[in-house]
Amino acid sequence: MRFMVMVKHLENDPNMPEPDEEMFASMARYNEELVKAGVLLAGEGLHPSDQGALVTFRDGVPTVTDGPFAEGKELVGGYWLLEVKSREEVLEWVKRIPADAAVTSRVEVRQVLSDDD
Amino acid sequence: MRFMVIRRADADTEAGAPASEELIDAMTRYNEELVRAGVMLDGAGLAPSSAGAIVEFSGGSTRVIDGPFAEAKELIAGYTMVRADSLQEVVELVKRWPTLDGGGNVEIEIRRIGETDEYDMSDELKEKEHQMRAQAEANRGE
Amino acid sequence: MATLEANRTVEAVWRIESARVIAGLTRMVHDVGLAEELAQDALVAALEQWPESGVPDNPGAWLMAIAKRRAIDQFRRRDTLERKVVELGRDLETQEAPNAEPDFDAIDSNIGDNLLRLVFISCHPVLSTEARVALTLRLLGGLTTEEVARAFLTPEPTIAQRIVRAKKTLAKKKVPFEVPNAAELGERLASVCEVVYLVFNEGYSATGGEDWMRPALCEDAMRLGRMLAELVPAEREVHGLVALMEIQASRARARLGPDKQPVLLFDQDRSRWDQLLIRRGLAALARAERLPGEPGPYELQAAIAACHARARTPEETDWARIAARYARLVQLLPSPVVELNRAVALSMAFGPAMGLEIVDRLTAEPSLKTYHLLPSVRGDLLAKLDRHAEASEEFTRAAELTRNEAERSLLLDRAKESADRAGSL
Repeated sequence: MRFMVMVKHLENDPNMPEPDEEMFASMARYNEELVKAGVLLAGEGLHPSDQGALVTFRDGVPTVTDGPFAEGKELVGGYWLLEVKSREEVLEWVKRIPADAAVTSRVEVRQVLSDDD
Repeated sequence: MRFMVIRRADADTEAGAPASEELIDAMTRYNEELVRAGVMLDGAGLAPSSAGAIVEFSGGSTRVIDGPFAEAKELIAGYTMVRADSLQEVVELVKRWPTLDGGGNVEIEIRRIGETDEYDMSDELKEKEHQMRAQAEANRGE
Repeated sequence: MATLEANRTVEAVWRIESARVIAGLTRMVHDVGLAEELAQDALVAALEQWPESGVPDNPGAWLMAIAKRRAIDQFRRRDTLERKVVELGRDLETQEAPNAEPDFDAIDSNIGDNLLRLVFISCHPVLSTEARVALTLRLLGGLTTEEVARAFLTPEPTIAQRIVRAKKTLAKKKVPFEVPNAAELGERLASVCEVVYLVFNEGYSATGGEDWMRPALCEDAMRLGRMLAELVPAEREVHGLVALMEIQASRARARLGPDKQPVLLFDQDRSRWDQLLIRRGLAALARAERLPGEPGPYELQAAIAACHARARTPEETDWARIAARYARLVQLLPSPVVELNRAVALSMAFGPAMGLEIVDRLTAEPSLKTYHLLPSVRGDLLAKLDRHAEASEEFTRAAELTRNEAERSLLLDRAKESADRAGSL
């Protein structure tokens, strides 16, 4: 089973500290564990929305809005694609993601649909 | 450069409403075009958030909150990862998104994927990250 | 936690942690069967306690601590401590200096080494292939006996017995818990790769849809392969194996037609190939190619699969490159079937006459006497050379040999077509 694991956050959140070298090191170790366990399919960080764009279709007509477009909403900051045997397993992996204890952060977990679904 | 094309969720995708034959055909043809053009790196739909979960990290502990989640607009229904020389190129690709999707009403977010060199890390960590990526991802250096 | 969810959570943690726990315990007690029993005891304790107390922060360490305590208790209670010391002293394979007692602290050093030792012992040549597969899936894949049984469509008691006997054999033959030395490493690694690829093929060639366990077997095999690639990153063949599995798996969604009949590679809808798996496979292949040494059979097969994966249409296939890889492959695996594949690739790259030369030689091959693809390929090459009467004979013969209805009718069509063209000359 494949799962999309997404770190969600408000862009430019004043309460969210910049990741320091220790956090990078913890993340590197975590990623290494995923690789060693053979469960990591992909993992990426996403640039903030100012380097992106939003295409909104209304009645079939697209309008392009250049970034930033966060509008106080939570966007995906980064994600992992994991291949595991159950929902419980992916949740166990997610619980091990290094987190800054001083703030509250959220990770969304969604199953990737396959042809059999 | 690589980009993440995110098809935002709506009430229908969250309800798990089955797609019509026509929509499936249209999306299939669209994706085939991306593959033929050599820009498709990965893509899939996600099960509705009712089957998903949010793990909240706070004060050193975790809490699992089962879906569904209220704000459909903040959720993702599917993603496509593409290769392109510029954001503009991806915008042009996305403008050709099948208009059958969402009955012609759909929001598609385009985000640039971060390449390791762009983050502020010490050289040693960068090297480690490079090695890790070489192991887990096929697209380094392309 | 509700009980069902709690059990599934414990199972999930088991899948993540059990191989390391068992590996560490084996290092400690020098007996893989005993190690697994102790680990199972810890699992039972987890099933009893975690629904109440929640999953501990470091579940692996928790399981290890429980198992270790049980091990110490057992040794003391059964008075085997002294006997074990004597055995250890006598055991020439033991790498540490004769100790006063089993090294209960050695477990924490070098998890990677212990895991690798567990891989090699589970795939030891003293065991039958079936036993190696069952043991590896149990100890390293974290599958339950029931899951292994379901995967191989074998009754659970049979698998359970197979595992018990395997552990007894390893103990009786005093198989050491170690990584093979340089001289044996290649051969022993080939044995490990064989086990992993067997599991993969079991899942891959199963018909889709009917038994949901089977595609999961491919995932199990790929997971084991990826783990192995991190344990022995300097071994080309392991990356080759991972590459081969990932590229083959990339075609899973295109392999079966709407009528559940297998679709040949060249007829597959390539837009249904999994691009992520293809890229991962190509990356694994690149990783293999960067290492010193010569490519082995898995890497060569992966390279051939990669040529197909890179071609967006069948017409874009780099046949010359495929032919070259087959030429090297047949030197390592001198099989007539591989040679036949080489003939096909050569003919696609350099014209039918070149392929026919090889195929003509293969008609004398006893093992191919009832292999329908031989006359099928020969017929195809003859037809391309306008030798239609002979082509027709070959297609007819191939149609007689194949057991696949769809294929038989296709071959008969070609036989008729060739006969018509021969008649019109």
